[in-house]
Amino acid sequence: MSRDTLVSFEGVVKTFGSFVAVQKLDFEIKKGEFLAIMGSSGCGKTTTLRMLAGLEAPTEGVIRLSGKPINDLPTWSRDTPMVWQSLALFPFLNVRENVEFALKMRGVGKAERRKRAEQWLDRMQITEFAERNISQLSGGQRQRVALARSLVVEPEILLLDEPLSALDAALKVRMQSVLKNLQRETGITFVYVTHSQSEAFSMADRVVIMSRGVIEQIGTPQEIYRTPRTRFVADFLGSSNLFSGKVRAGGQGQVLETPTGQFVLYGQVAAVGEAATLTVLDTKTHLSVEKPAGAVNVVPVRVIGEEFVGATATLYLETAQGQEIRVQKGHDEIADLPTDIGQSLYAWWNPQDGHLVAEA
Amino acid sequence: MSGSAELNRSRTVDWALMLYVVLAYAFVFAPIAASFVFSFNSDRFPSIPLGEFSLDWYRAVATDPLVWDGARNTLFVGLIVGIVSTALGFGAAYTDYRYKFAGKQVYLALALLPPTIPVIILGLAMLAYLSRINLSGNALSVIISHVVVCAPFAMAIIRLRLSQMDPALEPAAWNLGASEWMAMRHVIVPFCAPAIFGALFITMAVSFDEFAVAWFVSGLNETLPVKVLGFLQGQVSPRINAIGTFVFILSMTLVILAQLLLSGRGAKPADKE
Ligand SMILES: Nc1ncnc2c1ncn2[C@@H]1O[C@H](COP(=O)(O)OP(=O)(O)O)[C@@H](O)[C@H]1O
Ligand SMILES: [Mg+2]
Repeated sequence: MSRDTLVSFEGVVKTFGSFVAVQKLDFEIKKGEFLAIMGSSGCGKTTTLRMLAGLEAPTEGVIRLSGKPINDLPTWSRDTPMVWQSLALFPFLNVRENVEFALKMRGVGKAERRKRAEQWLDRMQITEFAERNISQLSGGQRQRVALARSLVVEPEILLLDEPLSALDAALKVRMQSVLKNLQRETGITFVYVTHSQSEAFSMADRVVIMSRGVIEQIGTPQEIYRTPRTRFVADFLGSSNLFSGKVRAGGQGQVLETPTGQFVLYGQVAAVGEAATLTVLDTKTHLSVEKPAGAVNVVPVRVIGEEFVGATATLYLETAQGQEIRVQKGHDEIADLPTDIGQSLYAWWNPQDGHLVAEA
Repeated sequence: MSGSAELNRSRTVDWALMLYVVLAYAFVFAPIAASFVFSFNSDRFPSIPLGEFSLDWYRAVATDPLVWDGARNTLFVGLIVGIVSTALGFGAAYTDYRYKFAGKQVYLALALLPPTIPVIILGLAMLAYLSRINLSGNALSVIISHVVVCAPFAMAIIRLRLSQMDPALEPAAWNLGASEWMAMRHVIVPFCAPAIFGALFITMAVSFDEFAVAWFVSGLNETLPVKVLGFLQGQVSPRINAIGTFVFILSMTLVILAQLLLSGRGAKPADKE
């Protein structure tokens, strides 16, 4: 464990009866980082967060905070405030009283309480609503109250469980930048649980991808995007074309033999005979009308559809074997391509843009 | 216009429904209204046409020390019963809300059972039991018996309120540094406050009006309803109407207060949006 580690999960397992919600978690959270835990619904994200908050006890393993095991520390003795999916603001208290709550529970005197709450009301720009009831606030204002209420004790770590899921798209994007700036300015470690890839990738320094109670990959958004470690991750991100097959020795190096064709791999990457999946980002997959001279990884395809979102266009294509292939480009890049439905084209990519993952 | 035809029809239906409600209420409240009217009537017997307006019967009641005793007993018993039943009901409702345990269904069924037992049987059983342990024939025995009847009402009311609470609210309080007792005091109780006061008033009203069980166990410390039976056995007197009106107004006040609390602004589920 290094000096800048704040939290470590060591072999943490959580079962509910015979159901294993989280199995063998081993990872570390660094001081001052923005960590996102991402995965589809029911994969154990909330359970992981609740164990860190002390609301759920691990069945096995140890969780350490600043090096000390905290398994047996009740949640009210930890400084691990959480922002809840439902926000869980106290409806019988006004905004100021909500923000002061944690200080009151810690026995902070009235004047001091008020002063410290005032700072956070001000920082979250909700001072003018201080005397209002929670029911009189908009969704975005409630978010800010929830953040102020958790941060007023100036914790080392803040836990957030899908706090933006109830907001509309525009407000979501606004709150993302509020959160990111807040984290950067305060230096508080954020652990942010979400099922949304765009939220995780736009805010986090590092992302943990979970599936069925297991960590599939941990890394920076770029690492995960460029080099997914498992087929699950590549599939989950949905931004690559996948080709599954067996590794064979080829002319100068190795090739992957797939139902779609033989593809040259970049360098010596796997043991010969092993099953593997080649992933190629849809932005690194190219199209041409003539079979490109000199290209080694070429797949004949037919156009089956196209879609425009903002500045990019996505072309949907199909191989002779019926596998779907996506290509994403700027509008001008595909402007001179014939893209009528049924049009025959060649899809190709450079071997160095292909990335091999273990077959899942 | 086709819209106006529809409008006409729905207006007719509205009137019919309104009439229905008025008639239903009239049917229910007619005896009480009659009692109310005759309590101000100077005639000895309830008959039409009415005699003159008179407060004689109230005067007779107010100067009767036996009635005062009964009223004092009723109020004393009702107050204690309200507080104890509400406390017990709150405990039972919170236990149900917070904990999962084997036999919970049985626990709930038993907790909600007493009001379904015929009062005569409950009264007899109470008398038999309380006299065995030498507690019958005083105010305490009425209190104990009434708590048995009233606590389930309190539990049902508070349980409903707890079911409207965001399940994250209590853990959120713990997470912000509140121990379990502090969360109880600063979150659960304030959230349930309207239901707690509602339960207090309802259980007091139930105790005020309860007759059968009190008759069995009260002995010399009779409550007003028991006293009323005493009057009736002696002679039929419009004094009954005066007492009835008084008790009715008291109970209605409590029930209306409870109703306001339970359906008021503060009682609305917090997280609608
Ligand atoms: N208290 C509990 N009792 C039983 N099963 C639970 C409990 N909490 C969570 N689970 C189960 O554990 C799994 C993971 O849940 P959760 O951590 O909430 O998932 P996520 O937050 O990733 O959607 C789910 O299948 C859920 O049904
Ligand atoms: Mg969740």
